[in-house]
Amino acid sequence: MIALIAPGSNLLGILYLVTIICFILALKFLSSPKHARRGNWIGGVGMIIAIVSTLLLDGISNWVLIIVGAAIGSIVGVVGARRVKMTAMPQMVALFNGVGGGAAALVAISEFHIADGNLAATPIVSTVLSALIGSISFAGSLVAFAKLQELVSGRPITFPGQNVFNAAVFIGAIALGIALIAGASQQWVIWLLVLLALLFGVLFVLPIGGADMPVVISLLNAATGLAASATGFVLSNTVLIVAGMLVGASGTLLTMLMAKAMNRSVTNVLFGAFGQIQSGAGSALRADDGRTVRATTPEDVAVQLSFARKVVVVPGYGMAVAQAQHDVRALAELLEERGVKVEYAIHPVAGRMPGHMNVLLAEANVPYDALKEMDEINPEFPQTDVALVIGANDVTNPAARHDTSSPIYGMPILDVDKAHSVIVMKRSMNPGFAGIDNELYLEPQTTMLFGDAKDSVVKLIAAVKAT
Amino acid sequence: MNLSLVIELTILALAIFLGIEVISKVPAMLHTPLMSGTNFIHGIIIVGAIVVLGEADDTFLKVVGFVAIVLASANVVGGWFVTDRMLEMFKKRPEPKKESTKP
Repeated sequence: MIALIAPGSNLLGILYLVTIICFILALKFLSSPKHARRGNWIGGVGMIIAIVSTLLLDGISNWVLIIVGAAIGSIVGVVGARRVKMTAMPQMVALFNGVGGGAAALVAISEFHIADGNLAATPIVSTVLSALIGSISFAGSLVAFAKLQELVSGRPITFPGQNVFNAAVFIGAIALGIALIAGASQQWVIWLLVLLALLFGVLFVLPIGGADMPVVISLLNAATGLAASATGFVLSNTVLIVAGMLVGASGTLLTMLMAKAMNRSVTNVLFGAFGQIQSGAGSALRADDGRTVRATTPEDVAVQLSFARKVVVVPGYGMAVAQAQHDVRALAELLEERGVKVEYAIHPVAGRMPGHMNVLLAEANVPYDALKEMDEINPEFPQTDVALVIGANDVTNPAARHDTSSPIYGMPILDVDKAHSVIVMKRSMNPGFAGIDNELYLEPQTTMLFGDAKDSVVKLIAAVKAT
Repeated sequence: MNLSLVIELTILALAIFLGIEVISKVPAMLHTPLMSGTNFIHGIIIVGAIVVLGEADDTFLKVVGFVAIVLASANVVGGWFVTDRMLEMFKKRPEPKKESTKP
């Protein structure tokens, strides 16, 4: 066998320190567009150093099981990450986050088992935290995954007395944790704690609407980091303590930044049950004063676009699901050849994840400088001839500006309604992820082009060519 | 023993501030890749899983440790590849385009 590393030796500590430095650099680079990819590679190197060092520890056996287990997990990871469509990335993040939380909880359970329930003060507190947080993260992430994958309804699921019930489950789990810390050593106590934590994870994510999922996934991501850090205290393992806490801290900040981009507080996201369908919403949108939505044809739109001076494309989740980004670019290039100025208005939370639209449009080779952030493009809408909304909904709803009763009131939106003409491409009149009607569709300058985003854009390209 | 706990808590506190500081200037368009990248980093829990399974001497620990390894390695490998795929999108910068046809 190769030279083994003694557990707790300086050599191990230094190797782990190298990993820690790699992770810090990874985070640093991941926060800058230029070096982001390099950051991920540095993180990968750090991870390999930590894994190899741990495998070389004196006293590690069960090699076959380790290799088979790691192989299964790796295959699932590679296939899952490679096969999945770009639009399904958010749920993959949720899934891979959940399994990490699950692993942390299992490590905690193992340590409790090894010590036969008789852990010293620090390890037992850490074990309880790791089991509790890891289990919540595991179950919560799986529910988030199921919601985004539309295995369960993306809309909030609520029932009477929900908050009281959830609180009771959570308090139950905490009480068991306190019992364990106070000295309870029976195995069933920690199992029941895990069970309640799993239940709480499910209950706490179920009432949250799909539009808020990114914030929730980010929060659960930070939680898994905390669970890993707590595990580090049980195992006296510096790399777990530091790397876990780095994720816990940066993940918490990231969660707040994301919530801020939606002008919501994290508490509001978690407990607001945002996204229940408002009363009377549905297929037939009709204002009290009798205004209704007007449908249009690709030919009409083509004429408007061809003779416009400036067109602003407002992409959203509809473009992502239809995979229409390549055709959108083709349409934009066609218009530019005709001297039309085309820009893209990117709302920070358009799609299912912040940055979702940037990723898709970059994939379609849309030049960076044509992508305008919300603050930059909003003053330009009054000078815009046509705003072409492709599958975006809630981020264009003017109700966010003035309707204090609206669940999205106060969220910064794209001022699409200030453009001279607004064309909304949409599959149907179903409300968006927030579950509310969009009064933009009733505005006199708005017309609707119904259909799948990709089909519609292809038809538009043909119609523009014929104009 | 107490000293090592104090040292552990000290590095924990430093890690909190460092974690916040190091990403504080992230632009909105990198929020998702950064979340995915941190998701990969907490895959470090695989180190804990290796220790548990590597030192397991009864069936219970072998089963639990094995499942932990499967989950943690899916976290590590999947997390890394998802992040890389997202960032790949940002990399492609189409320079030799446009400027071709304009009257």
